[in-house]
Amino acid sequence: MSKLIRMDHTGHSTLAEWTEDNPEACEAAIREFRRELDEGCIGMVSDGPGKATQVRELPLDADLVILRRPIAGG
Amino acid sequence: MAEAALPELAAVPWRGRVDARYLQRRGWLWTLQTVAFVVPFTAAGILLIALEPLALPVALASFAHGWVIPELHAFRGSNTIRPPRGPRNERAEPIAQGLLGDLLGHEPRELQRESGLAMERGTLGVWLLGEAGAVLVTGGGKRVHCFCVGTADHDLPPSDRIAHLLLALRTDEEGFATVANHAFSGAPWRLRRRIRKEQRPALRRAVREAR
Repeated sequence: MSKLIRMDHTGHSTLAEWTEDNPEACEAAIREFRRELDEGCIGMVSDGPGKATQVRELPLDADLVILRRPIAGG
Repeated sequence: MAEAALPELAAVPWRGRVDARYLQRRGWLWTLQTVAFVVPFTAAGILLIALEPLALPVALASFAHGWVIPELHAFRGSNTIRPPRGPRNERAEPIAQGLLGDLLGHEPRELQRESGLAMERGTLGVWLLGEAGAVLVTGGGKRVHCFCVGTADHDLPPSDRIAHLLLALRTDEEGFATVANHAFSGAPWRLRRRIRKEQRPALRRAVREAR
């Protein structure tokens, strides 16, 4: 089961869960992902130690997709 | 569709991309600046005493200037990894720490729990990530660079703030250093004296890793 989570004031919230053989769950996850991107979130996939990739489309084969807020110099 | 460059770079189009050479130059400038404060004030103090021993109080004030100004710079550096003041979202922290722990390896996870700083080895050096800033250890452990950087969402629990920085750093290290504001560079011992006691083992560890 793959998961789309957003880091927020609760620690993190699970926005969608899907398996690749469930098209309805996949579509719901894609919709949720796009909505979050439109609101300014950035999609990330952790690629193991020391590596992460920014994604602009939901990778359905990823186990975990994390949404984060932009960072800036303080 | 995956992207290699940090999207936040669009907010700072005027900045050149930070790389190892840029950091080296920046480090030299900081050293030069420190020398420019210490040498004239110390020389002036010595000269005053040589010319008129009764001017000792003035000479001491001159020595103090030469010492205080570089100390203030190091203090500014230490502020980058000091936890922000004000109310913190401690309620959600256990959940956030779980996610951060999953992103970190075993040893960095233990170090983060003890010191509040997440250690990450990059190509520029060894990073220590705090809630609102980062320290990069370079030059074989002989120099630190301090950066102010964070997320503007103040409701996030502390570990989520660190996870934000960690993911951005892992996406594009040079982009991360470009987006962040450079606050200080100097020898690690200058920073060690100013950071919190529980953070010192993390800095020691990062220096060792950078050697």
